[in-house]
Amino acid sequence: MSEAYFRVESGALGPEENFLSLDDILMSHEKLPVRTETAMPRLGAFFLERSGDAETDNAVPQGSKLELPLWLAKGLFDNKRRILSVELPKIYQEGWRTVFSADANVVDLHKMGPHFYGFGSQLLHFDGPENADISQSLLQTFIGRFRRIMDSSQNAYNEDTSALVARLDEMERGLFQTGQKGLNDFQCWEKGQASQITASSLVQNYKKRKFTDMED
Amino acid sequence: MFCEKAMELVRELHRAPEGQLPAFNEDGLRQVLEEMKALYEQNQSDVNETKSSGRSDLIPTIKFRHCSLLRNRRCTVAYLYDRLLRIRALRWEYGSVLPNALRFHMSAEEMEWFNNYKKSLATYMRSLGGDEGLDITQDMKPPKSLYIEVRCLKDYGEFEVDDGTSVLLKKNSQHFLPRWKCEQLIRQGVLEHILS
Repeated sequence: MSEAYFRVESGALGPEENFLSLDDILMSHEKLPVRTETAMPRLGAFFLERSGDAETDNAVPQGSKLELPLWLAKGLFDNKRRILSVELPKIYQEGWRTVFSADANVVDLHKMGPHFYGFGSQLLHFDGPENADISQSLLQTFIGRFRRIMDSSQNAYNEDTSALVARLDEMERGLFQTGQKGLNDFQCWEKGQASQITASSLVQNYKKRKFTDMED
Repeated sequence: MFCEKAMELVRELHRAPEGQLPAFNEDGLRQVLEEMKALYEQNQSDVNETKSSGRSDLIPTIKFRHCSLLRNRRCTVAYLYDRLLRIRALRWEYGSVLPNALRFHMSAEEMEWFNNYKKSLATYMRSLGGDEGLDITQDMKPPKSLYIEVRCLKDYGEFEVDDGTSVLLKKNSQHFLPRWKCEQLIRQGVLEHILS
């Protein structure tokens, strides 16, 4: 990791996303199922299967079930549910919550939407009736998986870790990387390399790319 | 759906590994701004229609477009800001002179920002430590000795040491040089620090 590049961290696990965080922007692009509570004229072009024709002003009819990205759902949502109402994606519903409470370790969280924790935390904004259960489930799932992540990140030195991170969601992968960095720094110190000046990784990566640029 | 181009910009930056700076996507940015202009104009006309005809059913549509405008703005601002963070890192890892390949990846405004940042940093460093100033971009790792053993990784040419003598840096030659003179070259990958 480049030593001097400090990217804006994700705030998704807290009350609000970080406006400038690239991770949060990607997270809030994921979709969730919604139901329109009122017709939305002139937007039919986006939802061709459901839209009306020119007579209804090309509208998306009331009561349509759509999949909208989180940012849009958040923007159009209000307490009185005048424009849309939000449904929970399957993995945050009762069925999957039971699976997580049985054994959180076996689940492939990367496949279940790579931002499981972040997206789940932001879902709480929609004031659903199951919010308390969802937040408990997120917490307990993380607690169940954390031990293995910490263990594997602290003991996989200089080896291919793709099998270990394959089933982790993005937040867990970040944790894993932090653990690996700690391990690598410590090993470097143990070998006495802590005082060795090295070429910055940024420089080395630019050098490698130069050849591909020249080929164009 | 709106904001696809803006998401492309964000993904492009997110994909670039290890804080590298990809080329400035001027075309992409222009397309996002065009989409924003179109959304704004559509909303303007719908707002006028709502006011004049008294229909209230256009309001969800106006809100929809407004959300898209805000999203486009967020993506572009985050894109530009993250690039500045990467450019700032370049000053600390590469030094004050950037190779041409990198300069072509920056827009004119980013280059100007980089120059201003360099100037601010230089002014600050000069204000520290009394008359001479203090170079805080040196000694990023705690130094153990004044002189260090280095090996040359590529041909660099003549290199002058403090007492006037010059050394020829040819590939694979080894030298015993003062630490403060070599640090920059080691970070740039010209020399290699050998531990004894």
